[in-house]
Amino acid sequence: MHPAYSVIFFTVASGAGLGLLAFMGLGAARVGAQPMPFLLTAFGIAFALTVGGLLSSTFHLGHPERAWRAFSQWRSSWLSREGVFAVVTLVIGAIFAALWTFMELASAILGIVTAILALVTVWATGMIYAQIKAVDLWHRMLTPVCYLLFSIAGGTTLFLFLHALFTDKTEPVWELSSVTMIALLIAWVVKVFWWMGGDNASTSTPGSATGLGHLGKVRLLEKPHTGSNYLQKEMGFYIGRKHAKKLRLIAVMLGAVLPILLILLAIPAPFDALWLGLAVVSHLAGMLVERWLFFAEARHAVMSYY
Amino acid sequence: MTQLPETTDRKLGLVIDLDTCVGCHACVISCKEWNTGGYGAPLADTDAYGDDPSGTFLNRVHTFEVKPDNKPAMVTHFPKSCLHCEDAPCVTVCPTGASFKRSEDGIVLVHEDHCIGCGLCAWACPYGAREMDAVEKVMKKCTLCVDRIYNENIPEEDRTPSCVRTCPAGARHFGDLGDETSDVSKLVAERGGFDLMPEQGTKPVNKYLPPRPKQQSLDEPVNLAALAEPKASGFLGWLDGALERLG
Repeated sequence: MHPAYSVIFFTVASGAGLGLLAFMGLGAARVGAQPMPFLLTAFGIAFALTVGGLLSSTFHLGHPERAWRAFSQWRSSWLSREGVFAVVTLVIGAIFAALWTFMELASAILGIVTAILALVTVWATGMIYAQIKAVDLWHRMLTPVCYLLFSIAGGTTLFLFLHALFTDKTEPVWELSSVTMIALLIAWVVKVFWWMGGDNASTSTPGSATGLGHLGKVRLLEKPHTGSNYLQKEMGFYIGRKHAKKLRLIAVMLGAVLPILLILLAIPAPFDALWLGLAVVSHLAGMLVERWLFFAEARHAVMSYY
Repeated sequence: MTQLPETTDRKLGLVIDLDTCVGCHACVISCKEWNTGGYGAPLADTDAYGDDPSGTFLNRVHTFEVKPDNKPAMVTHFPKSCLHCEDAPCVTVCPTGASFKRSEDGIVLVHEDHCIGCGLCAWACPYGAREMDAVEKVMKKCTLCVDRIYNENIPEEDRTPSCVRTCPAGARHFGDLGDETSDVSKLVAERGGFDLMPEQGTKPVNKYLPPRPKQQSLDEPVNLAALAEPKASGFLGWLDGALERLG
């Protein structure tokens, strides 16, 4: 599948942003009042990533001016559901954030509702791909699970960095650091399972696509046209598979191994935000590689005709 | 509404005969000609006379080679357009309601004024039946020539999809596949019509008829050059031999 940069940026940015929002929501009741600069920065980053991602996703539309119509078909379409959940999350999240930041009111209920909505939105993003039966690699329940776990991992990494940036900790922050490292580890281990499970033979073949497979071995003799077409440009992308092994290793190194090492470096006091900032950058870079591969590695059933 | 109808009154669709299709691409051209001026936005071509021509088509003809074990290969021309599936995955994924399946005749259509051009329906279709128009930026697909089949302003013999009307080999048939007594349903029953990619669970309405088995075995290659050698008999044969002997 063709990896559209706007969609790659959207899923990585909104995933991390919604993950951070969910983490803030869950943490509200526990930590109570916080310094305003911390809350402003954390909510600012969460909303900027989510809204920026959503806006970027409209760049690949043929008619962005009609995008409002996409909220209408939530009964059947996961793309529509994602849009609806995203807007509801942003509205409730904004109320929650405003109350906490400006009124010093850390509402546990609003926080939990925001967290659930944020994670449901991420789940809906994953389901957009998982519902597509024509792409074997995506059509698995593990796909939205990966999206959810990456969102949580990205959110906790961001939260850890911001926590270090705004608080003067003179003792090691074991608890939060461990949660972050475990979240990173779980997300990438599940992703490795996703990769391993996806390397099977494809469901549709030239034989089943033409219905002539029982007569012999089917191969394309002549394409329907001498030039390329929309289908080949959109679904016929295969560069990813050529370098898939190397790119997977790069994704795991940047996304998981390096951030965990950097967090371990940061744990001994004083709790150093520099290492954690690098961990965030490294993780997001790994996520961009992971998301590019997510598209580039996927084979579409229509390629059985080409 | 992108929810699929539970049942449709009729199941209009095509039956394509892979035995008689000669691969002339006339259906491709007539489809493009009719639909670029008919329903919805025109079907654009980009760089039509340049190095990298590309265009939107609702119907394309592929050519496949089928190689059985221990037998000569067989060539099959393979026209492909929207199959108007009963469980059309392209319809349910549409976020705007632009894609829909009609409950009266089962035709899958796109309301182009509502299409945001997200391309998700083209991803959902395993057959490659939908193409985004590079100029209009909306999704285009076969309409089963909905603006011909019910059109009372054209002669009755033309009220059939453009591809069917134009096929010189009679390889394309149009009718109600939900009606067991229709000509197309009988043809499917008689010839063993089949679905493309049944494993995708789309329940296509369009059916394909398989190539008929070859009438004579071609296991032994025939020496065509020998057949072209003239053989004379009777008086001419004697004359031929006599003249040969003369040197």
